[in-house]
Amino acid sequence: MIKIENLSVQAGTFRIENVSLTVPSGKYGVLMGRTGSGKTTILETVLGLRSSSLGRIVLGDQDVTVLNPAVRGVGYVPQDGALFSTMTVRDHLDFALMIRKAPKADCQQRVEELATLLGIESLLDRKPHGLSGGERQRVALGRALSFQPEVLCLDEPLSALDDDTRLRMCELLSNVQKQTGTTTLHVTHNCEEAERLADYLFRIEDGRIQQVRTKP
Amino acid sequence: MSSSSELPGDQESTRGSETDTEPAALGHKPSASQIRMSNVLFYLLFVVMGGTYVVLIIGMLLADAAYMAERTVDGLTSEGRSLLSVVSHNPIVTALADERIQYSVWLSLISCSMSAVISVLIAIPMGYLISRHEFRGKKLLDAVVDIPIVLPPLVIGLSLLILFQFPPFRWFARDVVYQVPSVVLAQFSVACAFAVRTMKATFDHINPRCEDVAITLGCSRAQAFGWVLLPEAQRGILTAFTLAWARSLGEFGPLLIFSGATRMKTEVLSTSVFLEMNVGDIEAAVAVSFIMVMAAVVVLILTRLIGSEHQAIH
Repeated sequence: MIKIENLSVQAGTFRIENVSLTVPSGKYGVLMGRTGSGKTTILETVLGLRSSSLGRIVLGDQDVTVLNPAVRGVGYVPQDGALFSTMTVRDHLDFALMIRKAPKADCQQRVEELATLLGIESLLDRKPHGLSGGERQRVALGRALSFQPEVLCLDEPLSALDDDTRLRMCELLSNVQKQTGTTTLHVTHNCEEAERLADYLFRIEDGRIQQVRTKP
Repeated sequence: MSSSSELPGDQESTRGSETDTEPAALGHKPSASQIRMSNVLFYLLFVVMGGTYVVLIIGMLLADAAYMAERTVDGLTSEGRSLLSVVSHNPIVTALADERIQYSVWLSLISCSMSAVISVLIAIPMGYLISRHEFRGKKLLDAVVDIPIVLPPLVIGLSLLILFQFPPFRWFARDVVYQVPSVVLAQFSVACAFAVRTMKATFDHINPRCEDVAITLGCSRAQAFGWVLLPEAQRGILTAFTLAWARSLGEFGPLLIFSGATRMKTEVLSTSVFLEMNVGDIEAAVAVSFIMVMAAVVVLILTRLIGSEHQAIH
């Protein structure tokens, strides 16, 4: 579950006040809003990269409002992928497990599992340079899922892709989310993307969040 | 290029004239030949203006080389023209045969490398803090780092000398001032500023999202820095090192005051040029200068090679 309660955040001169939303466990929540509406700020607060001035954030059954982002266990896919240019795709999928000092055999198994899930088996020994937009986002998604997080945060992950690739990535995201059952919060300004993916659809406008739709 | 003369505005004015009375023309329509001529002139002017500097640099180096060739040939006319005498009359060989110059070459290589290594070690954390964090007094710190770049070199030397009049520095003054460590310290004082600038620019250009992601994956700040940021900054570190090294090699003003120009003790290549000029031996001065030019060129080429190799990897 992702639960944001009466959250207020100050980002420079920009301020979001008293917003709330809830995405139940295993569901796909999409937060829609125009550029500059503060949706990324909210996502960053859930991740812990930005601290809130008021309110509460609950992930699963734990209040993480003041918890360090490294221990929140939230997978994060930023808009541009933010891949590590010196690492191979395998290193990306391996990274979080390496930091967690997982046994080598487990790492290897997990990397293969993720590569199959995301269809990137043939890219494992390549570096990000030269990967297509869709491939980069698959790698970023794999990296975020590698440590089996309970919660996944996606910040406009498809905005830099062409229409065909976006459609395929939408399907992939939907499938992956269903297979892994990871509670997801996806931020976008694209209506079509939001309609396709959302179990729970929220819209942020003038600093207020409205729940637009709920899939049963 | 020619299509640029057919602006949308032109089409509209034509369309307008079919139906109505002709509207007043808004200035002259630019002619293709005028634009072409202007473009040619624009690039010609820029190439000539920029080229002047390149000609000056290449000219200086060629003049050094020509001077030395001339001296070598002059030496030959008095003796035979064997290959051996070409080598033995070469001013560089003559200079390198002098044990004082040999000492100066070695001290230069060692002191420049040391000051460059220390500069990079200091510049990495400093560049990181200035680039990644907002804190009170950041603008001031940024300005303070620029002081060695804008300060006259002699003033830096004098300031270092004065600094060692006060404790705790005074306690070490006997082992530093006018001794070999002062050479490294004087070179470092200036070179480090350039390294910090380079490292800050390097970190500025690396997407901070990469560290954010690393942190959400479970990294501490240090782990994110070591595993993600540092590998991404490799080329910048190399550039900072080269810049600091080259800067140290050329250092002279602070050295003269803070280290003195004692032969076989605190003499580095730039001091050698000064000392040789002082005793009127221009030939030796040019020869030593040429050694420095070659060292700088070697460092530049090495950096470019390693840099491009690194780039080719990914």
